[in-house]
Amino acid sequence: MANRATREGYGEGLCALAEVRPDLIVLDADLSAATKTSIFKKSFPDMHYNCGIAEQNMMGVAAGIASTGKLVFASSFAMFAAGRAFEIIRNSIAYPNLNVKIGATHAGISVGEDGATHQCNEDIALMRALPNMTIINPADYTEAKAAVLAMAKYEGPTYLRFGRLAVPIFNDEATYKFEVGKGITVKDGKDITIIATGLMVAEAMEAGKALAEQGIDARIINMHTIKPIDEDIIVKAAKETGKIVTVEEHSVIGGLGSAVCDVVLENFPVPVIKIGIGDAFSHSGAAKELLKEYGLTADNIVKTVKGVLGK
Amino acid sequence: MDEKLVRQLEIAATKVRIGIIEGVHSAKAGHPGGSLSSADLLTYLYMHRLNVDPSDPKMESRDRMVLSKGHSAPALYAALALRGFFPMEEMKTLRKIDSRMQGHPDSLKVPGVDASTGSLGQGISVACGMALSGKISCESYKVYAILGDGELDEGMVWEAAMFASHYKLDNLVAVVDNNDMQIDGRIGDVMSPYPITDKFEAFGWHVITINGHDFSEMEKAFDEAERTVLKPTVIIMRTTKGKGVSYMENVLDWHGKAPNDEEYEIAMNDLNKRLAELGA
Repeated sequence: MANRATREGYGEGLCALAEVRPDLIVLDADLSAATKTSIFKKSFPDMHYNCGIAEQNMMGVAAGIASTGKLVFASSFAMFAAGRAFEIIRNSIAYPNLNVKIGATHAGISVGEDGATHQCNEDIALMRALPNMTIINPADYTEAKAAVLAMAKYEGPTYLRFGRLAVPIFNDEATYKFEVGKGITVKDGKDITIIATGLMVAEAMEAGKALAEQGIDARIINMHTIKPIDEDIIVKAAKETGKIVTVEEHSVIGGLGSAVCDVVLENFPVPVIKIGIGDAFSHSGAAKELLKEYGLTADNIVKTVKGVLGK
Repeated sequence: MDEKLVRQLEIAATKVRIGIIEGVHSAKAGHPGGSLSSADLLTYLYMHRLNVDPSDPKMESRDRMVLSKGHSAPALYAALALRGFFPMEEMKTLRKIDSRMQGHPDSLKVPGVDASTGSLGQGISVACGMALSGKISCESYKVYAILGDGELDEGMVWEAAMFASHYKLDNLVAVVDNNDMQIDGRIGDVMSPYPITDKFEAFGWHVITINGHDFSEMEKAFDEAERTVLKPTVIIMRTTKGKGVSYMENVLDWHGKAPNDEEYEIAMNDLNKRLAELGA
């Protein structure tokens, strides 16, 4: 299985989009080499505008462009998009319900060596609280690229979350179809359900295989859309498997785990165990080492599932 | 600008001021001070300058106007009403539970409002986006943004100022309503943005300074802005906070307070007297 970062799917997705959307405008805030809008800029220099290191203004500019009917993607690191520019996203994009697509890369702790100032583990929580906002967190390169193309056809503010780290490409570009708001059952199972998002889907799939070898039949769901969340697939999992483990490269406060808990509690209460970043800031280190430290690995998913099932 | 047109605009501006007072009095809340200081400008824009059509508020070729100092919403609403976007009578519903007239402008609710504003510093960036979009597809429309002088404290304004000159947005005109006051006091005492002129010049803008209650000066300034190429223009407009209502002029307390019934009567007398003087 080849490895590629989801942010590369963002850059390639924008290139594919430019072929069909001449009204496309891509904004970046002096991070185009990292967000991969540089790939787009190389092919479509006239459609790429650098806003400099000024994310707040960039979000306002994106709102203004969207109000004139053009398709606009505003790109930065998750920390500076969802974090720095939060209030502009709230008041100038979400409140007037403008069709701005936010391409937020370098989300989570897999940013690695840059350390806590750049590791955004709060963006999903922030974006979930905003009315009108849709949140997409693709799991692999293929899904990331497909999500960019799909969301271009979807009217309304959208937060697209991408990672820095190269991760396995498990979806086939030839057959993969992205459907907003629809979780994907990547492996059926009856004993327990693991709901994962973003870079954790590949870990969950690996965990699923290891569990199967140990006689545990886990259902694995790829929840690429965090908001609106696929309530049906969650309630069905709660009813059919009785226990749920969520896995996300995000704080356990306000992220995928919290969203799943909301649905489960209101519809069919079953135990939900959240794997994610605890209530603490992380630190510098290689991505793989950090993911291991915070239990965001197939091994820890296996261990957690076995603990929940008392095996 | 000929005298007849000046008088017509003065009459219109007085009607806008009456709308402002009706609104904030009815709401028992709102921001009369800054609304009155920008009333002449908004009257000039909507009654004379802007290419807008009340029967087609979303007309693609329209000029865009972003009230970055969104708390002056009563002035914007009254100017839109006078231009025919909705009945002036609606001013009396300002800030009320089922009204379209939100405390700060809502582009989804009010016809003619091009951007939702209220959180200071953001409108100018939104205006930059509209102007850049217009440049990209060679549109003929102009984009106007009105900033408060206190609003210049927001760092984001200067991000936008840098952006507008970097992308040579000569289809953008910003106006600073320089009434010299913000909520906590004189702007020079709270957090001085002065020298405003030098700052914008340093950011690469064409700067014009005018009396913000003189329509002839406005006309000249906006004509000059239109002739200015390859850089955005900012018009620093010296104004009087509370302009037109005797006891509100230059009184800080009227930044965000509504007149009581007695004060309302005095204000209406002031404004109706002005209308009579103008022969309306």
